[in-house]
Amino acid sequence: MIRGHSVRIRTHPILDFTQRKQLPFYFKKKKLIGEEGDTIASALSAAGVTTLTKSLKYDSPRGFFCGIGKCSSCLMRVNGIPNVRTCIAPLKEGICVEMQDKLAELPEAEFPDEPKKNLTVDVLIVGAGPAGLCAAIECATQGASVLIVDENQRVGGQLVKQTHKFFGSKQERAGTRGIDIAKDLEKQLHALESEGKIQVITDATAIGCYDSTKKYRFGVVKRCEYKNILYDVRCDAVILASGAMENMLLFPGNDLPGVYGAGAVQTLMNVYGVQPGQRVLMVGAGNVGLIVSYQLLQAGIAVDRVVEAAPIIGGYNVHAAKLRRCGVPIQTSHSIKEVRGKDKVESAIIVALDENWKPINDSEEYIKCDTICLAVGLTPSTRLLSQIGVKLQFIPEAGGYVAAHDDSMQTNIKGVYVAGDASGIEEASTAMIEGKIAGLAAAIQLGCSKNTKLLRHYHEELQHLRAGPFGEKPRLVKEKIAHLLEEQHARL
Amino acid sequence: MHDYEKNGILLVQDLRVPTKKQLEKGVAILECIQEIPCDPCVASCPVHAISMKDINALPVNDFEKCIGCTKCVGICPGLAIFVVKVKEKKAWITLPYEFVPVPEVGDRVTALDRAGQKREKALVKKVVKQGKTMVITIEVDSKLAMDVRNIKVEP
Repeated sequence: MIRGHSVRIRTHPILDFTQRKQLPFYFKKKKLIGEEGDTIASALSAAGVTTLTKSLKYDSPRGFFCGIGKCSSCLMRVNGIPNVRTCIAPLKEGICVEMQDKLAELPEAEFPDEPKKNLTVDVLIVGAGPAGLCAAIECATQGASVLIVDENQRVGGQLVKQTHKFFGSKQERAGTRGIDIAKDLEKQLHALESEGKIQVITDATAIGCYDSTKKYRFGVVKRCEYKNILYDVRCDAVILASGAMENMLLFPGNDLPGVYGAGAVQTLMNVYGVQPGQRVLMVGAGNVGLIVSYQLLQAGIAVDRVVEAAPIIGGYNVHAAKLRRCGVPIQTSHSIKEVRGKDKVESAIIVALDENWKPINDSEEYIKCDTICLAVGLTPSTRLLSQIGVKLQFIPEAGGYVAAHDDSMQTNIKGVYVAGDASGIEEASTAMIEGKIAGLAAAIQLGCSKNTKLLRHYHEELQHLRAGPFGEKPRLVKEKIAHLLEEQHARL
Repeated sequence: MHDYEKNGILLVQDLRVPTKKQLEKGVAILECIQEIPCDPCVASCPVHAISMKDINALPVNDFEKCIGCTKCVGICPGLAIFVVKVKEKKAWITLPYEFVPVPEVGDRVTALDRAGQKREKALVKKVVKQGKTMVITIEVDSKLAMDVRNIKVEP
């Protein structure tokens, strides 16, 4: 299904999407044109391809969902190599992209044996979002040798799509747009890289922790032209800042192409300059739902309305207010009931909820739209923590399973730190401070630094940010997490 | 429960409103009614009219001190500050604007209220770029001074 009209965003109030170098490639043997900087999936979206894969069980079409390499909705066969996560795989000129019909075929492509590469560093940091970048910069500035790995083409995590100005304190870059914070952190990172204090590996996955006598040992797989290089990494400490993934919601039609995580839509439009659709129904009126709705309008896309199952708007009123004055309705005590469409979203049915969150009879409303955005929370990405054997506990307010950790972000395992959304869902502003705390604490632990005064300063800063009414939930979460660690210590 | 918690729309009674005299000289109205950790407006004010007890407290504008300079309008991350000046039958509203196309001075645009409802045609009097945020002053009927908070620009 190839759309006729262009969905490339060319004029935007905040971002510059002037046409980049064209990259021809092939999808099902048909020539399509992408642009430099695209991933395979963003180029396919821009060309109007909505179905990227199919359900193995039901043969139903599946499309772009998470956009950040965390789900399986975009696994395709590229140059004969199966299971390429096309949402994070860079587009290269002349590649052949195929859908994987049912289970992937055994690869025909050659896998030349690249010898594994050995790396020894003081600290390995997994994830180069706000928390990981701040951890790396802090840790390396204190004198530790640092390796930071990230799954994406470029560092910055979810900051690279945050076109709005951040809240927080003036000295912590409040009033600066997330995209500009990302650029600033990237600059600092590369300055430290050129001084030889940090090594950066992008397009790479930390695949697991392996047996080792003295140091921690991790496998890191770097993808090069869809082939892999294995790094054997030894380190004395590891900081896991692996972020989070968006939640799915249960309703008929939730796997149709056109049902996106709100963050995926943000990635598609704000990073790659591709419109996800023309008319959107936003599900969830937390800050993510409200902010992404506003950014959809900025990208020239209509937002039909925002529905929120809770009786009140969860996000900040300032975000709701700016959306309302653009004429977008927000309906609380309403939820999505069903999505309809043949190969992609064509319409949705919403329903009013009573005080017990149960659907009210005959309150269904039909909405014509081609895109559904789910902004219904995030789940911390803790698989690596789990594999290492860190104590995990399900804390609903934190978004799912989170690692026991102290106020220096160290888990119950010495030398294993966590920071950012992976330690419980919160904001980028707090993630950055948590990253600094983890980076500094690790440097102190390894004897690279003695600056406990700075550590106290970061703790105070974090407390200030969480002191208000909107900080109540993270405060509660961190209390529960601290309690978890006490329990663990008591048992030992 | 306030209505704005359900629908996102602030009412004039939810806000601290300046006196008629203060409005005549033009002052900043802070439509920021929740305690969120955010303080750039305080630092942006050249006459120290905006103050906060701590980073989570509500910002308060001292309308007597405020000179209506509009610096805070383009700074506020929540796009929640508006400078309003009223004289006789006319009102000048300075608001933040982050859309394309950007109007030019002298253009007629559609004035919208807090619910996004069309109110009347407004004349664009001033357009200032503050970073990527445009700070735009429009002229409307004085009766709409406390209602109009956005504009729609037809391409």
